[in-house]
Amino acid sequence: MLDDTDRRILRQYQSAPGDGLAELATRCGVTATTLSRRLDRLRARGVLRAVRGVIDWQALGYSVEVSLRVTLDKSAPRAFEEFQAEARKVPEVLEIQTFLGQVDARLLVIARDLAHYQTLYRDRILALPHMTDVEALMHVARLKSDETLPI
Amino acid sequence: MIDLDDTDRALIRALAEDATLSAGALGRQLGLSQPAAWRRIKRLEEAGVFRGRRLELDTAALGLGVTVFLGVKLATKGRASLGDFERAVQAIPEVQTVEHVLGMYDYRLRVVARDIPDFERVLRRRIMALPGVGSLDANVLLSEERRPGPL
Repeated sequence: MLDDTDRRILRQYQSAPGDGLAELATRCGVTATTLSRRLDRLRARGVLRAVRGVIDWQALGYSVEVSLRVTLDKSAPRAFEEFQAEARKVPEVLEIQTFLGQVDARLLVIARDLAHYQTLYRDRILALPHMTDVEALMHVARLKSDETLPI
Repeated sequence: MIDLDDTDRALIRALAEDATLSAGALGRQLGLSQPAAWRRIKRLEEAGVFRGRRLELDTAALGLGVTVFLGVKLATKGRASLGDFERAVQAIPEVQTVEHVLGMYDYRLRVVARDIPDFERVLRRRIMALPGVGSLDANVLLSEERRPGPL
């Protein structure tokens, strides 16, 4: 189980993941040795899986971001697996989620511009297997994206 | 926009996986000297290639067993209601991401909760109490995969 110190470390770490470990130790009120021992343990137990660099795709020239909400043909026995396997082959697909609800899956797709998006959509997305319906949500602005958890 | 060669792309991929890697470690992976790796990383950072860092945590181990994607449609639209909604929704700790979208919803939220009853509490007490909320569409996350993207 996680104790209060573990939770405090994770809370502080996720609120400023770019800070150095010395600053983090100060904010958590623990020594640098304690901090690194705790972080090693959280990593070993799989609680802290990774500290990822978040790519700004706009800075790399991808100005279009679209959420595609997909309904699948559930009468096909391996519809989810086959859809996911093919979606993985499209490099512009950044996220693949599956759901319980009105939609079955979601793809987050990026494109350089609308012309590129149209090509991607027609040639790659509509070619994915077992889709019965697709709805597109075009991203306008990201208001909160730190993905911090209420720990 | 920044010009990238294959080494830059490999550096971006490596830092997206693990942002804590040092210039020395990255250089060894890619056959660069520590100063050469450092100069390239500096150049990528200055071009804004990374939006920041994100901790990837095991949500279940932290007692957050449920993630829900919510589509929100506002009942009344006007500049005042958008602003009120946006301010209030970002302050809810269980709301991890808020995106303004175009399509059948106005906003897309990612919400975490301990379990389904806890999600119901967040939904009723917090989300449905937000100013201007009209219709909602909830989909419970079953699986999620993040892809490296077109690099």
